[in-house]
Amino acid sequence: MELYKHTALEIRDMVLDKKVSSTDVVKDTFKRIDSVEPKIKAYLTLCKETALAQAGKIDEKIRKGEKIGQLAGIPIAIKDNISTQGIKTTCASKILSNFTPPYDAYVIKRIKEEDGIIIGKTNLDEFAMGSSCENSAFGPTHNPHDLSRVPGGSSGGSAAAIASDMAFISLGSDTGGSIRQPAALCGVVGLKPTYGAVSRYGLVAFASSLDQIGPITKDVRDAALMMNVIAGYDPQDSTSVKEFNSSKVEWFKRLEDGVKGLKIGIPKEYFAEGIDKDISKSVYQSIGLLEKLGAKTIDISLPHTEYGIATYYIIAPSEASSNLARYDGVHYGYRTTDYTDLMSMYHKSRSEGFGPEVKRRIMLGTFALSSGYYDAYYLRALKVRRLIKNDFDEAFKKADVILSPTSPIPAFKMGEKLDDPLQMYLCDVMTVSANLAGIPGISIPSGFTKSKLPVGLQILGKPFEEETILRVARTFERETDYHKTKPVI
Amino acid sequence: MDYEIVIGLEVHLQLKTDSKMFCGCRNKFGAEPNTLTCPVCLGMPGILPVINKQAFDYALRAGLALNCKIDSFTKFDRKNYFYPDLPKNYQISQYDLPFAKDGWLDIKLTTDNKPLTTKRIGITRVHLEEDTGKLIHPEVRQEAGAEKTQLGYSLVDLNRAGVPLLEIVSKPEINSPEEAYAYLGALKEIMQYLEISDCDMEKGSLRCDTNLSVRPKGDKKLGTKAEIKNINSFKFVKNALVYEAKRQTELLKKGEPVIQETRLWDEKEEVTKPMRSKEEAHDYRYFPEPDLVPVIIDAKWLEEVKKNMPELPETRRKRLINQYQISEHETNVLTQEKAMADYAESGPVRTKTARNLMLGIVLQIINERKIEFGEFARKVPPENLLELAEQLDKKIIVSTMATTVLGKMLDSGKTAAEIIKGQGLEQVSDKSSLEPIIKEVIKNNAKIVADYKGGKKTAIQSLIGQVMKASRGKANPQIVKELLAKLLDN
Ligand SMILES: [Zn+2]
Repeated sequence: MELYKHTALEIRDMVLDKKVSSTDVVKDTFKRIDSVEPKIKAYLTLCKETALAQAGKIDEKIRKGEKIGQLAGIPIAIKDNISTQGIKTTCASKILSNFTPPYDAYVIKRIKEEDGIIIGKTNLDEFAMGSSCENSAFGPTHNPHDLSRVPGGSSGGSAAAIASDMAFISLGSDTGGSIRQPAALCGVVGLKPTYGAVSRYGLVAFASSLDQIGPITKDVRDAALMMNVIAGYDPQDSTSVKEFNSSKVEWFKRLEDGVKGLKIGIPKEYFAEGIDKDISKSVYQSIGLLEKLGAKTIDISLPHTEYGIATYYIIAPSEASSNLARYDGVHYGYRTTDYTDLMSMYHKSRSEGFGPEVKRRIMLGTFALSSGYYDAYYLRALKVRRLIKNDFDEAFKKADVILSPTSPIPAFKMGEKLDDPLQMYLCDVMTVSANLAGIPGISIPSGFTKSKLPVGLQILGKPFEEETILRVARTFERETDYHKTKPVI
Repeated sequence: MDYEIVIGLEVHLQLKTDSKMFCGCRNKFGAEPNTLTCPVCLGMPGILPVINKQAFDYALRAGLALNCKIDSFTKFDRKNYFYPDLPKNYQISQYDLPFAKDGWLDIKLTTDNKPLTTKRIGITRVHLEEDTGKLIHPEVRQEAGAEKTQLGYSLVDLNRAGVPLLEIVSKPEINSPEEAYAYLGALKEIMQYLEISDCDMEKGSLRCDTNLSVRPKGDKKLGTKAEIKNINSFKFVKNALVYEAKRQTELLKKGEPVIQETRLWDEKEEVTKPMRSKEEAHDYRYFPEPDLVPVIIDAKWLEEVKKNMPELPETRRKRLINQYQISEHETNVLTQEKAMADYAESGPVRTKTARNLMLGIVLQIINERKIEFGEFARKVPPENLLELAEQLDKKIIVSTMATTVLGKMLDSGKTAAEIIKGQGLEQVSDKSSLEPIIKEVIKNNAKIVADYKGGKKTAIQSLIGQVMKASRGKANPQIVKELLAKLLDN
């Protein structure tokens, strides 16, 4: 039937119009998974039976003419660092390999309320730390456009699942670019919402002040649909913003309004050396297209951009070192079998349970927070973070949105950067600042390199103006076919 | 050379809120282990804390009552350390910006034969944090008297994890164990009056760590301090400080250094001992809690807290003196515990007899039976005490009978009237039934009668006593005296 080729909105409307049953959609999706997943390895857990049971319930509701939610019958994949009641949530770590949470994350609750169907949990870099999806304790995910390449990280599984049509919508988490970068490398749409727009309740924390859950989708309209479901105030998350009530945001209303008169800021720091030639060429073409469609470009400066990576790699590991302290072999998760006392149980459980990248960051964070170094590292990073935020505040006085490449390089070969963490960290150079400043950003497919690897265009917006970046993205998408160009697997 | 003791106290109070500090679990003592828990207080992956407004309101009450400056901007921080009773391996606490600081507490001091003096102790800071869980170390069951051996594992109870804790840190301005004792008493009294904590050391709702150092009198610089942790009664705090002060002074006199360390009070041997701990030097790696937004305490909020603030002990004492025209001494006794003051004000304080009952036999019976005032109040509600006073005023029973009757009231929960009737304890004033008893006593005590008649008038007291005894305490002593005098003088 090849239902899997449709977008989420198309599928939903087909289900609601009774052109196809939710059960058929789920079956077709699993058929697709059976055929391509062995090559991609996007999933850590599949929930075929519960998904089919859920689909049956939705078909029954439709048959009875009952009220149906916005995600009616849509198969959805969830990054495996988001808590799902009764479904293993491993964070791709040995330390949580057998952990099944007794509660649902806020976003999962919302998906269920809107009749979405959770079909599985997707692979990631362990505890969302990485830019390649190779740091998973359960093996890497492959890029659907070139199986010898990485899908990007850390939400590589979620991006690859969408790029290979193994789900209609997926959820990722973005701490320094972990939604946008893999979306760019896999040629799909990835949105990192404003900090506070989507509840983090149930997202296994990496760096609390930077983490944000967001959708990865086949097109921009599906991203708007998913935001309509997951954004909004949640009293269980103190950093959730009360004023940003999803019902007040009209996610679709202005989506098709075009970009006439809109001011697009081009930050000179984001087009500096080190960017792949094909990528910079493609992004300039995209800017040209938007200008042709009525937008005005202006040159802006984000002078503290060069400190973004350094700042990020102090703050994120610091918070991570504390957030990951709970994995100690005492209360849940992995415990070493060989220990003599409490200290050796702590040491061995943690050293056997965590992978090298996680350990590296825990050590970095522990060091940055320790007395004598706190002022020099953590406190200074907080100050630079403020400067980076100020840069954006200034820029947004002139520009409505800011455009840049999402990633300086296209998908790289697996193993290529694994032994050089610093090289790997530079993949986030275009994306980290948005997390440090808390602003929203989207990556959309905007072209291909000569070797047919996807290029992503990043659109950054003012806080809580997801509507605007979605509109720019939609305008671009309407005029192009990049998002429809599917990999041959 | 004379030495001076310098003591600083850190008091942890569990707040008696309905729910825990950062989740909706019930805050209750004594439940089955791990029954009052949820993903939040278990520190499960993905959970987030949410501040309990009631806990903050209670904390603000304490800050205001301790005359602190309340900061309008405050935040929470993470204190990182590994311990199995700490589910997240960090504690949400307050580090550099406590919500209240620079306050004071007045304590009352009595030294032998000197009038009551007041001393003001500075409060450095008051902050909020979450409590940890509890470790249980099971022991092998053994024959009585045999050494206990521990099993090779420990159990964790997380019911207490996440209970709101208030930490109150005094300035090092306490100069003797007696002052420390008075400080703790005054602090406990205020906190109980504020209705924010049970302050029960046995249940762990009040815990105290002490810092003590000794320096040559007149020195400005503080001496090297030792911290004494985990002391579980006021009396032990005092004993531990007395011991520690002596230990340090003797060291200094011998010219030996005091080592900065944490010590424990050994109740059995009555000494402080160094804590066996390798990892003394803690680096808590404090940093701002990113899962919570800063707390803004605006004027409106403070106003609301002030409005709901219960009356403080000093204010109440002044009011009682004015309102009921009772002496300062009486007031101090009646208000030494909030429960007692509430009891008095619900009736007994208004009548002299009931008030005297409280100051006399009620206190006596509580001390004898070693019960809390609350327990007394539950069994003998104020209206029952008032009724007992009435029985006395109407001379239905002899005043000396009151203790017996109150004891029976406490045992049975019955009213005074029920007990007096049921057991025939009414006072006997009827001359015709008293006369035969008196004649009998005169007959059997010829020597005393002779003394009396010989001019030793005080001998009559002994005879009155005999009559009271013979009437099983029910005879009206006034009538007995009159009748005795009449019969003897004739
Ligand atoms: Zn709880």
